[in-house]
This record gives sequence, C-alpha cells and structure tokens, in this order.
Amino acid sequence: MVKKTLIKQYAWVILFLILSIGSYFAGFKPGLTIYSNFQKSFIEMLVFVPVIFILVGLFDVWVPKETIEKYIGKESGILGIFLVTFLAMLQAGPLYGAFPVAYILYKKGAGVRNIFIYLGAFSSLKIPMLGLELGYLGLKYTLVRSLVSLPLFILVGFLMEKLVGDDFKVKDAN
Amino acid sequence: MVNNAIIFAVVTGISLLVSLIFDRKKTLLGLKKGVKIFIGMLPPFLNILILIGILLYLIPQEAIVKYVGPNSGALGFFIAAIIGSITLIPGIISYPIAATLISKGASYGVVAVFMTTQMLVGVVTLPLEIKYFGKKAALLRNALNFVAALMIGLVVGWLMRLW
Repeated sequence: MVKKTLIKQYAWVILFLILSIGSYFAGFKPGLTIYSNFQKSFIEMLVFVPVIFILVGLFDVWVPKETIEKYIGKESGILGIFLVTFLAMLQAGPLYGAFPVAYILYKKGAGVRNIFIYLGAFSSLKIPMLGLELGYLGLKYTLVRSLVSLPLFILVGFLMEKLVGDDFKVKDAN
Repeated sequence: MVNNAIIFAVVTGISLLVSLIFDRKKTLLGLKKGVKIFIGMLPPFLNILILIGILLYLIPQEAIVKYVGPNSGALGFFIAAIIGSITLIPGIISYPIAATLISKGASYGVVAVFMTTQMLVGVVTLPLEIKYFGKKAALLRNALNFVAALMIGLVVGWLMRLW
C-alpha cells in the first residue's frame, strides 16, 4: 500500500526519467535539452531547499508561539514588518521554498499581513539574490529596484490582510 | 550561487550545532520534523522542476532576448511581464539572461519587470501555492504581485533613465 502511493506520488518524476533516458538513447534533442534544464533547477533545489527544511524544523522546536505572536502577530505593527523583512532577507532559494516557512510562521501565530510581507521580501530582497543582482546588473539598478520594491510588497501585505484577512489559513501541503 | 550556498549551509550547520549543545532531544525532534516536511514536499517540487525544464525549452533564451530586447516598446514590456510570470527560472540562469538583455540594449524597465515577475509571480507554482494558501489567497497574491511588478518595472525604468 505504501509502495503504491509512493509510485503515485512520483508518477511524473518516473515518467520524466524514463523519457529522459529514452531521449538519451534515441538522441532526441528536445528531450535532452529539457533534461539539462531540469538538472540546473534540480541542483539549485538540492543546494538550498534541504537546508531550509532543517531551519524550519529547528525554528519549530525552538521558537515558542507566544514569541511569534508577540513580535510578528496581528497586532505587531511596524516592528513586525521590520522583523519579517529582516528574516526573509537572511534566506535563500526559490520562492516555493518559502511556502513551508510561511506555513510554520502561520502555525506559530504570525499575522496575515506579515506572512505576505515575508513572501514579498523573500522574493525581492533576500541577500544571496541581491549578491547575484549586484554582480550581473550593478549597484545602481540593485539599489533602485530594492527601494522601489520595498513599499510595494508591504502594500501588497496590507491589501492581502484586508482582502483575505479572517478566513486565511495556511495548510501543510502534504 | 555556490558561495551563497556555502554560507547558507555553514550558518545552518552552526545553528544546528548550537541547538545540539543546548538540547539534543529537541534538536533531533526538529530535524525529524524538517525531514518529514521535506519528504512530503519533494514530489510537488520535482514536478515543478520538470515543468520549468519544459517551459525553458519552449521559451528559449534567444526568443526572450529577441522579443523583449531594444525597441520592443510597450509590447516588449508586457511580454517580459508575461514570460516572467509564467516561468520560474533559477537565479543562476535568469541573471545572466537579464545581463544579456541589458548588453543588447533592452531597457532597465523591461529587465526589472521580467526579474520581478519572475520572483513575485509564479504561474507554474500556483497549484502548489493553492495547496498552502487556498485558492482565493493564492490567486490574489499572484494578481496583486503582478500589478506591483508592473509598477516596479515602470518606476525602475523611469528612475534609471532619470538618474
């Protein structure tokens, strides 16, 4: 039974691998390109995502709910915005890696507004990404883009709180 | 990216060590929780990566450079926003694309909207996001961030020209 669900869960991955191996032997170019694209994203995921989960697990056991409620809960105000932005800046990896963190923040009592500000800051201000941006696009662009993005994702946080506010829930996706 | 990864891993390693010193049992519980969530998340993550691989094939870099390059105007800006929203290209690939765009004469506004939608809006990851936040919140978040990204692109483009 366990095996069956496992196969079902990984159905697309298995199919993909079979097709990739087939492409390799048949010399099917598009298949090989797709595989090499996959590989690049896969490496990115392997590099960052497992680490995120270790941190999420540690965060879960060490940080008490009261602390999160107090500092980034519903009534936390500007300090809360500042704290979630700072927390997000310290992270790395692709956006889907931030969803589990959003889940743990929600579970610990973070406010709706702050959860979305967290996602905004994660997407546009995380330090590892700013490093890449600086290298490829220069200081002026990085500064301008960061400063223009900041008020906008905070605004999105406020709008989300207003629009989904009370019936908002984050579920553990598995 | 490799340097970032090393720093990130070292910081996590130190946190883990400190956590172990303070409370072994708690740390193991935390690790177990983390691993459990990770294993549960792995299939949807891998599916997203496969989709990204296919999308990157369907929308090759040369096409991106061609359609949102210099003199592509308002249409180019809009195409950049759409491509950026649909795809989720890892930073190691997307930043070089952005730099190529600039060197080929694309405007900073186009690059800003492309990179910002890339980061803030995720059509490919939407099914996963819905699992976490529910349909309403996930769709709203993407819609609002799409508008925000357009504004960021316009304002950044304008400021870069002005400055």
